[in-house]
Amino acid sequence: MDLRKLKKLIDLVQESGIAELEITEGEEKVRINRSGTATVTPVIPSATATPLSMSVASPPAASGEPASAPPDGHILKAPMVGTFYRAASPGTKSFVEVGQTVSEGDTVCIIEAMKLLNEIEADRAGIIKAILVENGQPVEYGHALMVIG
Amino acid sequence: MFEKILIANRGEIALRIQRACRELGIKTVAVHSEADADAKYVKLADESVCIGPPPSAQSYLNIPAIISAAEVTDAEAIHPGYGFLAENADFAERVETSGFTFIGPKAETIRLMGDKVNAKAAMKKAGLQCVPGSDGPLPEAPEAIIKIAEEIKYPVIIKAAGGGGGRGMRVVHTEAALLTAVQTTRGEARAAFGDPTIYMEKFLENPRHIEVQVLTDKFKHAIYLGDRDCSMQRRHQKIIEEAPAPNLSLRERVRIGERCVEACRRIGYEGVGTFEFLYENGEFYFIEMNTRLQVEHPVTEAVTGIDIVQLQIRVAAGEKLPIKQRDVVIRGHAIECRINAEDPLKFMPSPGRITSWHMPGGPGIRVDSHAYNGYFVPSYYDSLIGKLIAYGDTREQSIKRMNIALSESVIEGIQTNLPLHMELMQDAAFLRGGTGIHYLEQKIAKFAKVE
Repeated sequence: MDLRKLKKLIDLVQESGIAELEITEGEEKVRINRSGTATVTPVIPSATATPLSMSVASPPAASGEPASAPPDGHILKAPMVGTFYRAASPGTKSFVEVGQTVSEGDTVCIIEAMKLLNEIEADRAGIIKAILVENGQPVEYGHALMVIG
Repeated sequence: MFEKILIANRGEIALRIQRACRELGIKTVAVHSEADADAKYVKLADESVCIGPPPSAQSYLNIPAIISAAEVTDAEAIHPGYGFLAENADFAERVETSGFTFIGPKAETIRLMGDKVNAKAAMKKAGLQCVPGSDGPLPEAPEAIIKIAEEIKYPVIIKAAGGGGGRGMRVVHTEAALLTAVQTTRGEARAAFGDPTIYMEKFLENPRHIEVQVLTDKFKHAIYLGDRDCSMQRRHQKIIEEAPAPNLSLRERVRIGERCVEACRRIGYEGVGTFEFLYENGEFYFIEMNTRLQVEHPVTEAVTGIDIVQLQIRVAAGEKLPIKQRDVVIRGHAIECRINAEDPLKFMPSPGRITSWHMPGGPGIRVDSHAYNGYFVPSYYDSLIGKLIAYGDTREQSIKRMNIALSESVIEGIQTNLPLHMELMQDAAFLRGGTGIHYLEQKIAKFAKVE
């Protein structure tokens, strides 16, 4: 299961009221629940090809069980199409890590397009709550990159 | 053959290109602005990439964004559709230097045909007659100006080089009025466009717009796919197109077709293209060449049975043209009505949500549209939301079928020009065929007076 798809599933859980999501596709199964853990496990291939199936658990009753919320904050979106990189070049230190404090204008990542490396700046000050894309992942215009809280 | 093509366009043509790709087994990448994220072809594409916010300049005209999208999706070729960057020679060049195939002619050909003065010169050399004119800026000397007008023969039209789209023009019928007209037009040109350069052309009183579809491969095989008549226009925008052009002799069609094919060979043209002419009194005058796929290609597809978009992709992939000129047979007649989201009388654009959408069907009816029930027509782009094409064995049958199709069509929630089309399908002059390029505007002006 590629990372882009996984990320989309994570977004889906975060954005909707779904408490738990389990997807089986061919040989892989993913279960995502709101307590924050996602596991990918290979399943024994069945004799017949399994089409994509989804089982969805309804959200917890209002009896007060606290479900951990996705990181709250401002979402830094990609201002252009290209490939996302955490660092200026392979092997060098990432610009930011989760938990790091940034000021407005600090470079937080690179988007490479047409052989040019474009530095992407934080559009507000705060703490990096989450990094939503993988190093080397293609991103489109408006793609959610990081959460700054 | 390409494995993946990026479609650098939107709307009905993006869907058309996608359909051709899917039939050829080619994966499609749909690029889109934020306003088109819910487009039908985006949902149907193998991959989609959002390339920018709604404004065209930041999305569909954004060359780096489009090329980046091709890079990250590993597309092999880019199809520019029509409009936007389709005739942008810089874009074609950058696509190629970035390692992708541009589905269209070479950048230098686009550049040549994009410059209207150079294009006419090239076409003249290739044997096509152009609208007679001063062939360059008008000189200052009155005697020289009078002589040019004498050679062209009255009536003539004085045009500002920096003008266009109907602006900065003046018609002169007699020598007595010539010099004053030249002076006035020069002054207007200086004031309106900052450039006093003017030129002169023969003024055609009531020409028809007739064009020829051509197709060339990369091995210099060129064929023509017949002619089209696109005279029904408003403000230089085509509203109705038909193939073949009514009331031309077979000899006229073959002669102009062969001349266009010869011109293609001379300029090393590759891909699909259209030569546009003004036709009056049996003479074809070249005005310009469109170095791309055109909106009205379906009427040619209907009367030839040839899938032009598929062939365009195949020759771009390096295949030889699979058909020869003698394989091209024109059969029957086809009419296309462009459906625009606009007020049918005032022509104000009418974006918004389509609350009810029902398209016709039946024998000889084709609908090319990306719209659907509940679709939101964005305000950022042109108003074309679909094309209705009717084919028949004769022109009369195609008109009858179009009438029926129009009466079955329902589009609610926005305004469209469907009522205008219904009116035109019953217009006596249209039914006779051969109306000129001024006809529709004169008819609309009469409506306005009656109102």
